[in-house]
Amino acid sequence: MSRSAPRLTLAPPRPGARVKVRGIVGESAERPDAVAKVKGEFAYASDLREEGMLAGHTLRSPHAYARIRSIDVTRAERMPGVRAVMTAKDLPTRALFGLMKRDQPVLAADVVRYVGEPVALVAADDMDQAKAAARAIAVEYEPLRPVTDPVAALQKGAPKLHPQGNVIESVRVAYGDLGASAEVVVSGEYEVGMQDQAALGPEAGLAIPRVDGGVTLHIATQWLHEDLSQIAPCLGLPEEKVRLVLSGVGGAFGAREDLSLQIHCCLLALRTKRPVRMAYGREESFYGHVHRHPARMWYEHGATASGRLVYVRATLVLDGGAYASSSGAVIANAACFAAGPYRVPNALIEGVVAYTNGPPNGAMRGFGAVQSCFAYEAQMDRLAAACGIGPVAIRVLNGLREGDPIITGQAMEGSAPVAEIVRRCAELPASSPEIPSDPLLLPGGTGNLTHGEGVARATGYAAGMKNVCYSHGFDDFATARVRLERDETGAIARVHTASAEVGQGVVTVMLQVARTELGIERVQLETPDTTVGSAGSSSASRQTWMSGGAVQAACREVLAELRERAMSAGRTVPEDPRELLADPSWAGLLDEPLERTATYRHRDTDPRDKEAGQSNGHVAFLFAAHRATVDVDLDTGLVRVVQVATAQDVGRAINPLAVVGQIEGGIAQGLGLAVMEEIQLKDGQVRNASFTDYLLPTILDMPPVVADVVEHPHPDAPYGAKGVGEPPTISSTPAIVAAIRAATGKPLNRVPVRPDDIVFGTEARSGWKIVPGQDPAKAVRA
Amino acid sequence: MTTRTIELHLNGERRSAEVATHESLLTALRERFGLAGSKNACEQGECGSCSVIMDGELVCSCLVLAAAADGKQVRTVEGLSANGEMHPVQRAYVEAGAVQCGFCTPGLIVATEALLRANPEPSEAEVREALAGNICRCTGYGRILEAVQRAAKGTYR
Repeated sequence: MSRSAPRLTLAPPRPGARVKVRGIVGESAERPDAVAKVKGEFAYASDLREEGMLAGHTLRSPHAYARIRSIDVTRAERMPGVRAVMTAKDLPTRALFGLMKRDQPVLAADVVRYVGEPVALVAADDMDQAKAAARAIAVEYEPLRPVTDPVAALQKGAPKLHPQGNVIESVRVAYGDLGASAEVVVSGEYEVGMQDQAALGPEAGLAIPRVDGGVTLHIATQWLHEDLSQIAPCLGLPEEKVRLVLSGVGGAFGAREDLSLQIHCCLLALRTKRPVRMAYGREESFYGHVHRHPARMWYEHGATASGRLVYVRATLVLDGGAYASSSGAVIANAACFAAGPYRVPNALIEGVVAYTNGPPNGAMRGFGAVQSCFAYEAQMDRLAAACGIGPVAIRVLNGLREGDPIITGQAMEGSAPVAEIVRRCAELPASSPEIPSDPLLLPGGTGNLTHGEGVARATGYAAGMKNVCYSHGFDDFATARVRLERDETGAIARVHTASAEVGQGVVTVMLQVARTELGIERVQLETPDTTVGSAGSSSASRQTWMSGGAVQAACREVLAELRERAMSAGRTVPEDPRELLADPSWAGLLDEPLERTATYRHRDTDPRDKEAGQSNGHVAFLFAAHRATVDVDLDTGLVRVVQVATAQDVGRAINPLAVVGQIEGGIAQGLGLAVMEEIQLKDGQVRNASFTDYLLPTILDMPPVVADVVEHPHPDAPYGAKGVGEPPTISSTPAIVAAIRAATGKPLNRVPVRPDDIVFGTEARSGWKIVPGQDPAKAVRA
Repeated sequence: MTTRTIELHLNGERRSAEVATHESLLTALRERFGLAGSKNACEQGECGSCSVIMDGELVCSCLVLAAAADGKQVRTVEGLSANGEMHPVQRAYVEAGAVQCGFCTPGLIVATEALLRANPEPSEAEVREALAGNICRCTGYGRILEAVQRAAKGTYR
């Protein structure tokens, strides 16, 4: 597709005085999949069935780092019901896969680099037989000493986990005077633990071999076309012989950006010439998808005595795990947004993401912006305290305004209402000031630990920012095909995109856009698959902007063509072509269906400058502010979040109810990272791969949310809608931790905050001495 | 593999199937009875996605052996809507915007039905306690609370 496709000027919807339909842009229209979902009829990937299908299963490495000496499958192949056993030597090609760097083998051949790395595959008549056969595969390993500390992995002499070394990507942002000094200086070391996306629907797919030697894969994913481009080479097939169809997706949050079982499932189907379904259980899901990068961050902030920021210096080290995934883009985000939504005249940021023998890490909601926000917001509070001003005042004082540059030199254009959202957040109604006496409403809940004695209540603030859409010169586009036809009831539009509905509601957005543009209510969405052009990923908060833009563009092309047809009819043609669809006397225009495919692109972004990180790398920015109120039991270290208030800049709310749903759901994940969620590792081994041991917020943990949806339409975005998914997860975590700090007076420099950190004031220490802004490859042991 | 035949009163019909003696009621519902509405999200009774009503009790079908359900009355999410019409709880979830990815939704709907049948006018605290065994990863529960209150006002009062 050519990059010179005209960029459409997308104005807000035209006033349709004579065309009135329900469910258009700006209304809380009902989700088209809601009824099937509440009735239990919606087919998720794990629900799919096909006549004669086999069950596929994966044998995984029990070692974090080991050489494979031998694999013996003879016993497994003779087990009852077994139809195929595959190891690396059975693969059709040696092609590697990976989201942004192709560095992962489909099956490990001579070395395993993390616990859970796939080593062999089995297809059998049922899942019990497949699992029994996998257990019967004899793999002889020679264990090696795993590298589990990302800072250690960067030091000279560390074992090289990949041929090119252990640096996946390093990012340097240098802005203004690198040696600037200031009257007030605060510094600290911060840590973010490994969070799991924990989508409720485990990974699953159904591969069906085709008579032409190809395969059709029904899959729960975030980006069908990216999957296709990784899968086909690993099957040794041209892309035309592989078709992907989106199944129902049970949540994603970044975990489905990377491949899990896609290639494996297709390989087994092609080998057995039978349909194969693979479906992970919860434990395997923890091993089978990437997680949020754990981070170590060293920060120094300098300000004037009145609290105006003078400089930020930071070193960020992310643990990439065994394979690269999207690590390069995650560290770029963490570094670009390392100073937060504030005016900072001078900055030096060194960010590195390293290979280790931990589980591979990749995309999760917030994508790098979450990690640095936790650190810079803690720093902002320390600065405020040192300057004797409040947390709201320091954020309002330094908040970005339109035209201000961030530390990459890019000026804020379109909308950047940081001071406004902080102020509006602070003004939202507070919870009742009284600490309750009912234990059910206090920390510890049904544990009946207190009736209010020893409980402290406090409030904290945070603000955050992130890019929307893809950045740094990536050719970011979305495709939509719109077909207009007429049946006995009237005009109907069929909208076909490859946009992945993962729960966020892009299906509703696309319906609303089509209804608004075409002025008809009957719009049907076709099943997303790879027979239409790419929609890009359901990530980076981008589908409302991108697939919304593509559907809008296709609808406008369809209407333009409809008007052309009308012009040749020799009658007076109405100004608004949508009237042609509403007026039965024009019905003949659709005797032949009318179809157009449009590709939408946002404006170009500049590539990342490798020297100093200076570039107009992003298309637009999202902002949110959060205020959290917590009750903390000082004796037990347990926390109950009492209320979260938020003001979030969304550009424009296409569907207000869905926007609120995204805000509340994102805050729940931010709360999880603040006080409970962490994948715990020992020597690279996941110790809590279950929902019994990995704690997720329940309805008892989640407080009421007061949300102020701030609408400053972005001039470049379709309808001005910027996107909404990620900001709720970015600054809710530091706001909650700020509140706990205020209640306890403890430093709390890592998340999730543990009871011990509160009761004993334990601080996380990496064991490395790093001056903020220093290259972490030159760290010394503390 | 040892198997046995079980007979259930499933959503008002007598149904029988051959099940493995070690398999859960959830597996039997999904794989033997063709009722995939009950979901397999944690397989440990932590998330409630597989909730069904067995002899009037709300249970996690992943924690019940299929063999132990022999002869019992079992009601799943598919048994709530009658003649294709949504149950009032289902309608409330749709209207309140309580559905996103929807994987937790069938379990929550069954749990809500069980709650409102026992307690037609629950307080917010009672709703939170009753639904504490159902994890939702998308919504943050705000719209779910709203849906339960809507359903309670609309129907059970």
